[in-house]
Amino acid sequence: MPTAPAGTLYRGREGMWSWVAHRVTGVSIFFFLLVHVLDTSLVRVSPEAYNAVIGTYQTPIMGLGEAGLVAAIVFHAFNGLRIALVDFWSEGARYQRVMLWVVLGLLVVTMAGFLPRHLMNVFGAE
Amino acid sequence: MTAVLENSTDTSGSESQAGAVSSFQVTLKIRRYNPEVASEPYWEEHTVTAHGTDRVLDALHKIKWELDGSLTFRRSCAHGVCGSDAMRINGRNRLACKTLLKDINPDKPITVEAIKGLPVLKDLVVDMEPFFASYREIMPFLITSGNEPSRENIQSQADRDRFDDTTKCILCAACTSSCPVFWTDGQYFGPAAIVNAHRFIFDSRDQGGTQRLEVLNDKEGVWRCRTTFNCTEACPRGIEVTKAIQEVKRAMITRAF
Repeated sequence: MPTAPAGTLYRGREGMWSWVAHRVTGVSIFFFLLVHVLDTSLVRVSPEAYNAVIGTYQTPIMGLGEAGLVAAIVFHAFNGLRIALVDFWSEGARYQRVMLWVVLGLLVVTMAGFLPRHLMNVFGAE
Repeated sequence: MTAVLENSTDTSGSESQAGAVSSFQVTLKIRRYNPEVASEPYWEEHTVTAHGTDRVLDALHKIKWELDGSLTFRRSCAHGVCGSDAMRINGRNRLACKTLLKDINPDKPITVEAIKGLPVLKDLVVDMEPFFASYREIMPFLITSGNEPSRENIQSQADRDRFDDTTKCILCAACTSSCPVFWTDGQYFGPAAIVNAHRFIFDSRDQGGTQRLEVLNDKEGVWRCRTTFNCTEACPRGIEVTKAIQEVKRAMITRAF
């Protein structure tokens, strides 16, 4: 099949970008879980090895990464519920845009509760 | 359309202004492709004079008729019924004959491209065959069994309303070619085929629902839909495409038990 030449980016709206964000966060979470299973399984090798690896995570950069991870998981979780409602609630397709704003609102609220505490731990006094 | 006087400089003559339509310059940035000349597509800009009542199609006509006859695009009725001139206007699938220039900010160049996901043959013309092949597969015709009817097949208003939305489809492919799943997976049936299956699945007179659901209960069927809502947003007839697809999905689950 001759390939269609690439043109400009399709200007999709909220529905398309929420799908893109869902994919991106989903893949990111998958890679985190991969690493997470590996580092946690180190405790079976030796507790010292486990502690050494976990110790390398105690940096500000990893701290910011953790904040991003939590944001990704929270978005993925709430948006997953939105998708389930679009799938199973007969009026879901009609309210998908409203539901996306609700998802983003819940994301902001959740992160507002989490970030101050977390950033204090990462950047605060020893 | 050339009958309108271009007397926009004469602002004092209010009598001649009454009913006159203001004109403006508009630039169209068109993605051209001619495999007989070059293997790569390229962008080409044309500036034409347009009026407040002109659509993108009028500007394309003006370019083709007055500036560059080699510009190739499809259009038949030019009034939003035949579904020939679906194209990507400013990055979104629209019918050129239903998009007024003044509604899409003519101050900046308006980009016009062929719809995505189908092989481009020339300029804005794509090969629609994969699209129609999916359409044929869902058997877009009434299926009944038993004796030939001897009287009318009467349907209540409520039963007719059940699938009213999906009868509006004009097969322009704006929905199917706006679907990110379809762009990367040309085997996916696409929104248009599912919309037309919906039109018969929820028709109380039709008896082929089970067969149609069987066709769509496929790896490349309705389950490929990721509810990005691009199709709903692109449909020039205002069909709630994603809603129809979701109803087919739910029918597949509920009718299986």
